[in-house]
Amino acid sequence: MSTATKSKTSSVSIQNIAQSYGALQVLKELSLDIPEGEFLVLLGPSGCGKSTLLNCIAGLLEPTQGKIFIKGKNVTWEEPSKRGIGMVFQSYALYPQMTVERNLSFGLRVAGMAKDEIEKRVKRASEILQIEPYLQRKPMQLSGGQRQRVAIGRALVRDVDVFLFDEPLSNLDAKLRAELRVEIKRLHQRLGNTMIYVTHDQIEAMTLADRIAVMKGGSIQQLDAPLTIYSKPKNRYVAGFIGSPSMNFIKAKIGGTAKSPTVEVSGQTLDISQYAFIDGTPVGREVEFGARPEHINILRGAAAKGKNVFSATIELVEPMGSDSLVWLELGSQKVSARVESSETFTPGEKVAVQFRVDQASIFDLQSGDRL
Amino acid sequence: MSTEALDPQGPKPRHWYEWERIVVYTFLILTSVYFLMPLYIVIITSFKDLDHIRDGNIFWPQFSYGEITTTDPAGNTVTAMAHWWSPWYRAMFEVCTGLECRGITPNFLNSVIITAWSVPISIAVALTTGYALSNWPFKFSEAFFTVLIVGSFIPFQVMLYPMVLLTKNMGIYSTLSCVVFVHTVFGLPILTLLFRNYFASLPVELFKAARVDGAGFWRILFQVFLPMAIPIMTVAVILQVTGIWNDFLFGVVFAGLPNYPMTVKLNNIFTSTFGIKEYNVEMAATMIAGSVPLLIYFLSGKYFIRGIAAGAVKG
Repeated sequence: MSTATKSKTSSVSIQNIAQSYGALQVLKELSLDIPEGEFLVLLGPSGCGKSTLLNCIAGLLEPTQGKIFIKGKNVTWEEPSKRGIGMVFQSYALYPQMTVERNLSFGLRVAGMAKDEIEKRVKRASEILQIEPYLQRKPMQLSGGQRQRVAIGRALVRDVDVFLFDEPLSNLDAKLRAELRVEIKRLHQRLGNTMIYVTHDQIEAMTLADRIAVMKGGSIQQLDAPLTIYSKPKNRYVAGFIGSPSMNFIKAKIGGTAKSPTVEVSGQTLDISQYAFIDGTPVGREVEFGARPEHINILRGAAAKGKNVFSATIELVEPMGSDSLVWLELGSQKVSARVESSETFTPGEKVAVQFRVDQASIFDLQSGDRL
Repeated sequence: MSTEALDPQGPKPRHWYEWERIVVYTFLILTSVYFLMPLYIVIITSFKDLDHIRDGNIFWPQFSYGEITTTDPAGNTVTAMAHWWSPWYRAMFEVCTGLECRGITPNFLNSVIITAWSVPISIAVALTTGYALSNWPFKFSEAFFTVLIVGSFIPFQVMLYPMVLLTKNMGIYSTLSCVVFVHTVFGLPILTLLFRNYFASLPVELFKAARVDGAGFWRILFQVFLPMAIPIMTVAVILQVTGIWNDFLFGVVFAGLPNYPMTVKLNNIFTSTFGIKEYNVEMAATMIAGSVPLLIYFLSGKYFIRGIAAGAVKG
């Protein structure tokens, strides 16, 4: 059977999982295969079902239907501790009355492991995570970053196949979050375990993931490598969710011919023959033309005239250090463009914009699907 | 630059003799006097002999002790040397109810036994129930909890008669274990509520983490939750110790004559109309009965407030 062979090659395999509370459907018939050693990020806004899915994989929630395989074994009814998973929580969830050492060894002591083996594993984990100096401290005496390291260590000592992270960095401040993010990536490269990571932070998702599953309303919208998701979003929702500052959407209509299609943007036509349509050129279709801020060039002077160039007015400028975000008025629509921070613009200035059509995305106005 | 701008702005900080403070302190002192006066009178009366009590100055303590005459149950007049501790001694070992003249010590011990068993048993049961209801939901757990809470609103008196029948059929009626049983049962609703709400206020991720670590029902309770439940435990202990120690109703109904707790005995001493009314002995007995809860409050007041506050934050 195909499912049996599938679950052998993949580390975690989820088949038609659904979860509902009465009439409320949190997960809708969701399937997912995660190969050995992959770092998968479940990304989505709160309430999209990503934590529910993770809890189902961990065995902390019983799915209403469907099967979960870990390492080829059907663990749908298995106890969390017997699934070969370790979990790291947003609130760290360290046992407050135990020292760091006892926090790390709790799971091993429960399993009745020999003392010297426990010691060895705690030592190794605390070396990897650089928490040796704090072993005798209580969680109360640690900073947020140190606490989260201990929480990761608790999964590490148990020598699990799969690491589950439930928004582990959301309680930390921005600087620590960036530091620990790198450490988690380093840890993944060193250990090579399968990791499933839930977050609503797209930067975390982009930087950490081998593949990202963008979720909405209990189903996966797109499951792809981060750069694919960024550059070729499958639908308007994914396009709008990924990327900060977010993609510009301009309502337009496909014109021209199948050979040389165009879109009409605020009364002017834009040649989109460079755009690779998935399935033929839908001439005459109402669409949304999506362009990321970095794929919009602002032109001045002589370059500002010619074909496929649109006149616009600078509305305001947001300097962000590495670059600046310029908001423009393009006819009745507002568009943002990313420019070098060395370039200066003044509000009210008349300029021209140019779209990089090969990098753009075009979505059906009705269904929101990529065309 | 004018010097005015350099002066501190706003009104000067207040001092202790501000009139608002004087009003507050006067009120507090008067209130304390009002509430402490009965205690003061009970204490000084318990150290007086009957002659001094008959003098009628209830606010003034007695400083010198002489001879004292009393009447024994047979009607003979007995003269004895009085000491400051005489009424206390009589209360402990000699005071009579009916024909029994062993003082209140046996009943004091009864109360100690009842409390010593009821408190840990009721707390242990409620702790487990509250923990299960908050962390291990089962099909009808919410309904079960509702029934339990509704139970706490039903007056005890309604359940007295069924309870008598029940314990009689269980064969424990009129024993100390019967009182312990009844206290455990009637303590359940409020204690379960207390523990359930406390455990519900702990982060649920802690429970999940323990499950991932492989801990089961009892291990999570004893090794993870119980060490965190010290504040609420203090509240429960104080609530139960004072409640059970002060209980009269269950003692008089379920204990049976030889097993009467302290409170029932105290009542019997007060209401016995035989011979002279020994106010000093009665006051001494009252102080002995009241000493246990009083001591508990003094020793644990700080933790009690902390526990109440800890439970009140989330519920």
